[in-house]
Amino acid sequence: MSAAVLAQVVPFERPPIDWHAVAPELILLGFGALLTLIDAVYLERGRKFTSALAGIGLLAALVPVVTLAIDGNDRYMFNDAYVVDNFALVMKAMFLLSGYVVVLLSTNYISEGDYWENEYYGMLISSVLGMIVMASARDLITIFVALELLSIPAYLMATWRKRDLKSNEAGLKYYLMGVFASAVMLYGMSLLYGVTGTTILADMGEVLNTGESTSVVSLAIVFVIAGFAFKVSAVPFHTWAPDTYEGAPTPVTAFLAVASKAAGFVALVQLVFVGFWGRGDVYEPLMWVLAAASMTVGNLVALRQTNMVRMMAYSGIASAGYIMAPLAVAGVSGDVADEALRAVVTYLVIYAAMNLGVFAVILGIARKTKSAEISSYAGLFQYAPGLTVVMTVFLMALAGIPPFGGWWAKFVVFRALVNADTTMGYSLAVIAAVNSVIALYYYLSVLRTMWADEAPDGDVTPIRIPASLVGALGLTALATMAFGVYPKLVDTVADVSLLVGAGG
Amino acid sequence: MEFLQEWGLTLAIFLPLVGVAVMMAFPKSDEATHKVIALATSLVVAAIGVLLLFDFDFDRADEMQWAVSHDWIDIIRTQYSIGIDGMSLPLLLLTMLITPLVIIYSWNHFPEPHNPKAFLMLILVLHAGMIGTFVARDLVLFFVFFEVVLLPMFFMIAVWGGEDRRYASLKFFLYTLFGSALMLVSFLALFFLAGGETFSITGLADAVVENGVSRNAQLWVFGGMLLGFGVKVPMFPFHTWLPDAHTQAPTQGSVILAAVLLKLGTYGFVRIAIPILPEAAVAWAPWIGLLAVIGIIYGALGCLAQTDMKRLIAFSSVAHMGYVMLGIATLTDWGINAAVFGMVAHGLITGMLFFVAGSVKERYHTLEIKRLGGLLVQAPRMGWILGFISMASLGLPGLAGFWGEFPAILAAYNPANGLPVGLFRVYMVIAALGTVLAAGYLLWLLQRTAMGEPSEEFANDPHITDTNREEWLAWSPLLVLILVFGLVPGLIFNVTDDAVDANLSDCLSAGDLDSSVKGSFDIGLCEREGIDEALAQLNVAIAGDEG
Repeated sequence: MSAAVLAQVVPFERPPIDWHAVAPELILLGFGALLTLIDAVYLERGRKFTSALAGIGLLAALVPVVTLAIDGNDRYMFNDAYVVDNFALVMKAMFLLSGYVVVLLSTNYISEGDYWENEYYGMLISSVLGMIVMASARDLITIFVALELLSIPAYLMATWRKRDLKSNEAGLKYYLMGVFASAVMLYGMSLLYGVTGTTILADMGEVLNTGESTSVVSLAIVFVIAGFAFKVSAVPFHTWAPDTYEGAPTPVTAFLAVASKAAGFVALVQLVFVGFWGRGDVYEPLMWVLAAASMTVGNLVALRQTNMVRMMAYSGIASAGYIMAPLAVAGVSGDVADEALRAVVTYLVIYAAMNLGVFAVILGIARKTKSAEISSYAGLFQYAPGLTVVMTVFLMALAGIPPFGGWWAKFVVFRALVNADTTMGYSLAVIAAVNSVIALYYYLSVLRTMWADEAPDGDVTPIRIPASLVGALGLTALATMAFGVYPKLVDTVADVSLLVGAGG
Repeated sequence: MEFLQEWGLTLAIFLPLVGVAVMMAFPKSDEATHKVIALATSLVVAAIGVLLLFDFDFDRADEMQWAVSHDWIDIIRTQYSIGIDGMSLPLLLLTMLITPLVIIYSWNHFPEPHNPKAFLMLILVLHAGMIGTFVARDLVLFFVFFEVVLLPMFFMIAVWGGEDRRYASLKFFLYTLFGSALMLVSFLALFFLAGGETFSITGLADAVVENGVSRNAQLWVFGGMLLGFGVKVPMFPFHTWLPDAHTQAPTQGSVILAAVLLKLGTYGFVRIAIPILPEAAVAWAPWIGLLAVIGIIYGALGCLAQTDMKRLIAFSSVAHMGYVMLGIATLTDWGINAAVFGMVAHGLITGMLFFVAGSVKERYHTLEIKRLGGLLVQAPRMGWILGFISMASLGLPGLAGFWGEFPAILAAYNPANGLPVGLFRVYMVIAALGTVLAAGYLLWLLQRTAMGEPSEEFANDPHITDTNREEWLAWSPLLVLILVFGLVPGLIFNVTDDAVDANLSDCLSAGDLDSSVKGSFDIGLCEREGIDEALAQLNVAIAGDEG
């Protein structure tokens, strides 16, 4: 009988797959599976190679990304639900490289802490897999699946220090908030599907752009954006970030602060530029409020922090505001939208380099001081001048002082805002400018502690930095400097556009 | 020389950074190597400066020479564009002279907490930034170098400074950064208002005219630059960071700060603000003049109230930079030539004063004026040097200080057309009174520290020795130059005059200005013969005096 039923169903036909286009995902999947297999077969003996293998996997996945970029054709699959274009490739490369740096950061931390290494790298790789899927996802369902694929391993990784209460708190908070955000977002997505009858963003965009404005559409857009605002820790949805960042193992914090946040932004810009682009009346004011609030609250609260990781959490909230700011003017015209997108991509790429760098230094210092309290950084210049100098580079980059990378990131944001020539753009530019000065103060106080204060207890034994950490520091410092001195580098990769059929 | 034409300036900017990279390779304990590398680097840069001086075509001092332009960031049309003309040459050479001297002085005088490696590396980074600022012809490039200078100075004060270094360093940084943030906003606004085509200084000057940027917008943009450059100069009322920074900075930091960093601000006025926005400059000039004379009087009165020698010198900087700003505010050929001369003279003289103050501090471990005294008895040569530079600083004719102040005061008698003549004559009288006050505080300082008998606590202190070898090496070039420029001011005026003329009158004549400003060409900006004649007369007068 079942055979009869089956016969009536249309036989499944595999949609055409462009194997080249999905090669990065497949490679990562393969390496993830390999790691799990090694764990199952070799048990503890496998621990020696897992971190190296994870690193190789991430770099190997970069190869097809590069060949795809050289090829240069945009590839559309599954009725345009999965798109490999320049934007996707740039973001994929960024995720893979950030993932690689996180592996470098984790190597000693995880093995010395005797945490479950094999599982850790498996989780890391599946989370990165979710991110690179996200970069190509142009369909509500794909976006949601990618989001869960990248989030669920991250929830687990946040609790990786199993016997540490703070780590448990970090994971639980992150998990509950994340699930709540997902629920809100899903509700918004279901409304969108109900109104437009499609989950493909490009089709949805056409319906939304031409259709009349209804409160259901507005509500749906607000819900979806709010869901991602959780992910990128924008005020007022930021409350999980400081606790999670502080409690999670530091390499995981770096991963959350850079890659996971960037993934949230990738989804957000895809939704805004492909799906909602014509509905600037809804998302522009929303983005304005989120950006202004994130910058201001993040920076003001960061002033009061005594713990470096918490400070970086608030600085990250403020950065989310900067990254979001160009979206508040995206709907003005096609040119402005392109420029806004470029500003977002540029900021994400540079931010990844400098922020990972800061966490690499935090990890390096913690190897000696076992602490991330800013006061414990006193006198660092006397016994670890190298770390002090690179930290100076990273923090000044974050503050936007040329010639370190961050100034260009801030510059493009300002340019996008000013170029829009709207009241919203100008007012946000002024708020961002004031915030840059506030931010400088707390970055500078950290530096002052490191350079000018006396080491606590006069302990000036040097810090031994393992090779992998040196590699991470070198990579990030080099990138931060290169982006600042020669912004053309990042400009070339950030030359992307997402406006399909939106009249860009 | 073709290689030098193309690469000379670029080498001068980046060689110090190469030196820094080489120094990184040696361990901290290898102090001698670090000193040698740093000194060698700065001497090579200075040698490039000398070559530059020989290769410089003085007949074309009004043009950009050794100019190089390459694409840098296409998307905002900013270029790696460098070059020098007669206006930047003296300041560039001053920078190239001061840095090796500071390194020589440091040889055995590293301030606590010692660490020559880091200290010298910071000096070299600073060097690169300063040179870059003086040769940049593109606003973004200028801004980048302007900022590069900030961090090393911040760390120099914060790490090697005095008791109150935490406060002073942060104040220095935040003040300057506040100014430069506004400056950046002005640059960007200018870029967009002028059509978004170029960041080049000359290009922008033309574009402002072509695009008919409204007067109101020009006034605002100039105001932003005024704040940015004014904080750096520093002009009253943005000067409060200076006494703190100077007092707390190590000697070397103070010298560089006084000799070069302050000039970045005034240089910005004459190189960027006025040539690009001449119309706004005319509107703002009375206010700049007002702040300048307030600075002169306030700085002088501030000096009289100080009890600390270094703080006194810092306040005298405020006063002296007031003369420079007054010269600039007149917008005349005279005034701006005087301003450039004043920058160089102030760099030499005040740099020297801080050197001596540092050496006094090292011997007496205090700079409190009332505890000092009898320097001429205990260290006669140093006492005489202090006397010599005090005379130079108060503007004694025949020494360099005179040529910065006197022409600036004279220029205020007859400011460019469009400026209120009566008001500027009032400024002139006030500024002239300021020179009397300057004589007062400097002679007072000299009397209290150098003359009389040593106080009891130091009378038999064996540490108080006379000028030593490093000090002679570091100081004698400055002392000689103070005298030479004092006797033959034409050495600088002849270089700057054409360039000042070209920079200021070109942009004014190209501008669509109302007739009152155009009229100023008759007596103001284009009066080249005027200054030459006047200089000749003054030279005769001095020769007569001396004869």
